[in-house]
Amino acid sequence: MNILSPTVLTYVKVVILVLGVPAIVGFVIVLVERRFMGFMQVRLGPNRVGPKGTLQGVADLVKLVVKEDVTPARAEGAVYFLAPVLAVVPALTALALIPFGPSLRLSRDAETPLYVADINIGLLFLLAITSIGVYGIILGGWASNNKYSLLGGLRSAAQLISYEVPMGLALVSVLLMTRSLSLVEIVQRQERIQLWFVFPGLLAFFLYFVSGVAETNRNPFDLPEAESELVSGFNTEYSGVKFAFFFLGEYTGMIIISCIAVTVFFGGWLAPFPHVPALAFLKIIPPLGWFVIKTGVFIFFYIWFRSTFPRYRFDQLMALGWKWMIPAGLANIVLVALAILATPGRTNGMVTLSWILGVLFVALFLLARLRQALTRRDRLAAEPAGVREAR
Amino acid sequence: MTEKTVEHPEVPTLFDVQEMELNFGPQHPSTHGVLRLVLKVDGEKILEAKPDVGYLHRGTEKLFETETYPMGLPHTDRMDYVAAATNNHAFCLTVEKLLGLEIPRRAQLIRVILDELQRLSSHLVWLGTSGIDLGAVTPFWYTFREREQILDFFEEYCGARLTLNCMRIGGLPFDLTPGWIERLSELVDDMPARIDDYEQLLTENRIWKKRTVGIGVISGEECIERGLTGPVLRGSGVEWDLRRAQPYECYEELDFVIPIRSNGDTYDRYIVRVQEMRQSVRILRQCIDRLEPGEIRGKVPRVIKPPAEEVYASVESPKGELGFYCVSNGTNRPYRMHCRPPSFINLQALPRLAKGHLISDLVALIGTVDIVLGEVDR
Repeated sequence: MNILSPTVLTYVKVVILVLGVPAIVGFVIVLVERRFMGFMQVRLGPNRVGPKGTLQGVADLVKLVVKEDVTPARAEGAVYFLAPVLAVVPALTALALIPFGPSLRLSRDAETPLYVADINIGLLFLLAITSIGVYGIILGGWASNNKYSLLGGLRSAAQLISYEVPMGLALVSVLLMTRSLSLVEIVQRQERIQLWFVFPGLLAFFLYFVSGVAETNRNPFDLPEAESELVSGFNTEYSGVKFAFFFLGEYTGMIIISCIAVTVFFGGWLAPFPHVPALAFLKIIPPLGWFVIKTGVFIFFYIWFRSTFPRYRFDQLMALGWKWMIPAGLANIVLVALAILATPGRTNGMVTLSWILGVLFVALFLLARLRQALTRRDRLAAEPAGVREAR
Repeated sequence: MTEKTVEHPEVPTLFDVQEMELNFGPQHPSTHGVLRLVLKVDGEKILEAKPDVGYLHRGTEKLFETETYPMGLPHTDRMDYVAAATNNHAFCLTVEKLLGLEIPRRAQLIRVILDELQRLSSHLVWLGTSGIDLGAVTPFWYTFREREQILDFFEEYCGARLTLNCMRIGGLPFDLTPGWIERLSELVDDMPARIDDYEQLLTENRIWKKRTVGIGVISGEECIERGLTGPVLRGSGVEWDLRRAQPYECYEELDFVIPIRSNGDTYDRYIVRVQEMRQSVRILRQCIDRLEPGEIRGKVPRVIKPPAEEVYASVESPKGELGFYCVSNGTNRPYRMHCRPPSFINLQALPRLAKGHLISDLVALIGTVDIVLGEVDR
């Protein structure tokens, strides 16, 4: 049997994903996150284990594995055990569909695409399988037999289900442009029409990424965990390896949300502006490199959010989801559909839409800045005299 | 549970349960110590919040009775342990009033400097921790950067960072170390810009406003009825600050403003505290400029045996009115030394503030009342 046969290679890729992603999570993302947050919070972050703290991941892993694995006396044993598995397995499964790059030449006659599977309902499958991860959190919160965990589980149930709707709506509007659910096809189409979908889908991208942050329970939407309110939310009672599974599930979730954002909106493995001759040198970086860089940017956004924003309150979170994001998602679908219908041809509608949205975005941004400056001025003017002098 | 099923033959099923009793603390990340709240919640809505205090009770008031006046002073450090200087000050003021002592001017100014530094550091702790309560982790590190600097000043002055024991009946234990005041002057110059930094992170932040505006509204009248003092009272529009209302030491001659806001919600209390920090910086600047060489202790008798009298003296601590009521029977120990702790009295408003809000708001409210359990339980 040929060692480079597609079947063998698929297995190899699966093993790399299942072992590699946790390694990346443990050793790179967590370290980078903590160091970045340290930097933003005028402190150092972990810098003791290994050179510059690079082996912190090993230390964390050893700690988590060696720790006693406690099951509360009155927990629902089987469900309690199942929940962390449910949180992590769908997330790792979803990775199989992510196209990290077009193809990799292994020998003269063997070549393999840098993804495990390209199925024709790819995006749909991704949405479906990541939703299963929610069960891990809900069941974990319920099975712990702890009131704080229960509240965390309840919050996540409502939050994750609500935010899947705007996320789906955002992706639907992109599907109008891609005309395919296959992730590989989506990237290839962006290459063909020479336009990343983020430009005509600017609104969709914002909706998608905000819902994505909410889906992964990260700041400012980390309500199911909400350390200062619910102690640690759904994972309060979990320790040792089970906790590590929840942790891994959360971070893999972040990777998947970022990967989908890159694939659908930012041209996947494509170099930026491949058709501009002046930027041809960007192709020095291989496609996989571009994919990793782009994903890294989104992971960085997650970290940035975490050290910047306070936390939303539960009802405010739901109001944001149902009263703003879902209507906006619906409106966006209509907008994109009209643009595509109004201008026949391969890309015209999308280019026009990109310009309109771009101008609107800049205008809104400036307006928001202006409003901010005005409220600040009003606030300062309203202060009594002595208070103003004290500035 | 079993008793309940005997009383009610129909066992309540999951969907019948309307209320849940939730133990909030004493070990909880955001109760700022060992406060325990027994909550009755319907989902996340708080129907009733009952504080259960006393986990940190040390019998401080009884300890005062068993020891001589100077020996009582270190106990006050452990009451409001993030603001020891104002505690020392209140205790000293009470005994000095009992003895009728005059304090030298230099000692007065240094006391005010210590007080205001303490107010700054206490408000910095409050700002950082109440930010964390609402999920804003980053301001904490910035506020603690400055707080550490302030604690360094305390350490250099009296050797301690938290339990300062930095005043004595009739004056101060030590004079300032050389260069102390110059370095403090630098910090005071830097401080307004640093406070701007914190405000940059929070004041106009949309989520911060959403979490604080209109949360825990209490009117000025109700504050007075409940005896609330400090920033909570001033956030509800009542201009009452003991530094102005009953000036002690040299506050009378200092130029500062009492910040007040009218809405009485969490956001206004936040603004009041931030502006108080700016005023403290102003006071520090004036004190530094007025400081001249001189005595640091008045004419204190060797053995402190006050006449048999009853006095009450109070200072404006960072949390509100901190006072001691002392009954002397003419011996060298107080017959009774009662403390008026602002944290404890302000905490009484918490059940009223929390009712009807969500659990998420409760942590904001615990933060905004600004309690220190050492002072609540004593």
